[in-house]
Amino acid sequence: MGSGVWVYIDHFKGNGLAASWEAISVAKSVASQLDTSVTVLVFGHQTDELVSEVATYVSDTIIVCDDHTMEDFRIEPYGALAAKLYQNYKPHIILLPATTRGRDLSAFLSIDLGVAVVADCTDVNIEEGCTQVTRPVYAGKLNARISLDNLHPQIISLRPRAFPKVGECDGMAEIIEVEPVMTESDIMVKVLDYTAADYDVSLVDANIVVSGGRGVGGPDGFDPVRELASVLGASVGASRAAVDSGWIPYDHQVGQTGKTVSPDLYIACGISGAIQHQAGMRTSKIIVAINKDVEAPIMKLAHYGVVADLFDFLPIFTAELKSRFEK
Amino acid sequence: MHNLVCIKHTPDSAATMFVENGLVSWGDAPMVVNPWDEYAIEEALRAKDKFGGSVTVLTMGPESSKEALKTAIAMGCDHGILISEESMESYDARITSLVIARAIEKLDNVQIVFFGKQAIDGDTGLVPMSVAHGLGWTGFSYVAELSGIDVENAHISLVRLLEEGKQSCSGKLPAVISVVKEINEPRYPSFVGIRKASKAEVEVLTLDDLELDDKITSDNNGSLTWSEIQEIPRKSTDAELLDGPNMNSIAAQLVEKLVEDKVI
Repeated sequence: MGSGVWVYIDHFKGNGLAASWEAISVAKSVASQLDTSVTVLVFGHQTDELVSEVATYVSDTIIVCDDHTMEDFRIEPYGALAAKLYQNYKPHIILLPATTRGRDLSAFLSIDLGVAVVADCTDVNIEEGCTQVTRPVYAGKLNARISLDNLHPQIISLRPRAFPKVGECDGMAEIIEVEPVMTESDIMVKVLDYTAADYDVSLVDANIVVSGGRGVGGPDGFDPVRELASVLGASVGASRAAVDSGWIPYDHQVGQTGKTVSPDLYIACGISGAIQHQAGMRTSKIIVAINKDVEAPIMKLAHYGVVADLFDFLPIFTAELKSRFEK
Repeated sequence: MHNLVCIKHTPDSAATMFVENGLVSWGDAPMVVNPWDEYAIEEALRAKDKFGGSVTVLTMGPESSKEALKTAIAMGCDHGILISEESMESYDARITSLVIARAIEKLDNVQIVFFGKQAIDGDTGLVPMSVAHGLGWTGFSYVAELSGIDVENAHISLVRLLEEGKQSCSGKLPAVISVVKEINEPRYPSFVGIRKASKAEVEVLTLDDLELDDKITSDNNGSLTWSEIQEIPRKSTDAELLDGPNMNSIAAQLVEKLVEDKVI
């Protein structure tokens, strides 16, 4: 059995995702309990700034592959390099953010290294030297506890926003530069271009989410929801009913067949709170429900309820916040 | 072209889940085709509408999973395969993927394997890309649009939905893709389809038929079990309802509460 805790840094065009910094904080905590070191993997192209940022959090080792073939995340070159590095160093634990890219890389490693992956964990503990994790199953309706004793290595992906952000540290990390293992001509997948989403903050990373449901009544009904979100610096979410009605694109959908979010503050506007919607937002720290119907299921889940028409309440609430922030 | 859809029979998304004698239970809630998989079935049927050929639908699980296959056949799939084995109940995502990959190798000339992005029971989302790597095929996850299939040149182009927006990319066939809800609007089973499904014979494969490597099915090979299942503690009280003489007063109270809770 090897030693050492590895963290894969997920980033988009050199911007590290918040979930990557959370993963480093888990790695540091686990490594100190196991009395071992933390190694961070940074794959990409023109990664200097990203590596400098990582170095403010980690004082042990950073393995960097900076190459044009690694510019976009692609499973083949990323997976092949991660698997080769594993064989060279044999770490005990590999942590990845449970993002689209983190999940894909973990799936590759699972097959390549012949070991199960524990996906989307919300808790990681070391008990008497053994790793114990908790992960939500059945869309967060239940939790599964899993003991990882028989897994070598232990590959764990971590749900975004389930863990604290890492603190800065002193010391100079050792940087090891490595070469990619595939050449461009061997890579079957080509990335052609990107279209940026119509939001600034990804729903999954947002501290605050303001969501609209059936009660917004139409595409224009999202205007007061967006205005509130803009004053709060929040992301805009939606229930399935609003998405299926074509009032807002699918990438805003929160719930069982949409995104799972866990913000500090979730404001549900005109959302009744079907069990499928709750599955995607129930772990939010504070939930506010604005709904005409006091009997709506969301009122059972919410911390604060406002029984009102959202079109009456939201503009006044938004104005109140604006004046508070201006003070 | 011959395409394959891999689906799962799961408890209905509206089911209330609880723990009974240490095991997961959903009472008498119905079992359904995993909701994400409906989009995979639809996309495979659209490829068939466009390019001809056939669609095979495959699932793994107990005998009762045939119901999921029948739903897919009623929607328009041509042929159903059940990989059946009692011990399969405890298979984790990796073993499941290796078994499915083996079954795909035994099928004739599959061009695209469609999956939903994840199943709503285990929620790992690992199987599609694990199957791709197990087969050594190109894998594309979170596909929101199949923009082009060129059968002659074995080429596929598509759009993926990522955290930051949409990514257009391309690759070679055969390929394994997992789809998100945005990709299409699944059709309902037709009356004719339901009649066809009721008479359809589902092919049943056992692990022996697949001639799996022993190390895949032996117990202690880096496999995963849920050692304990816990219910999520429910919030015991209803929302604190904010009330006042007018909207301004309620808005001011709510701002005050959120400031106290340090969330704004």
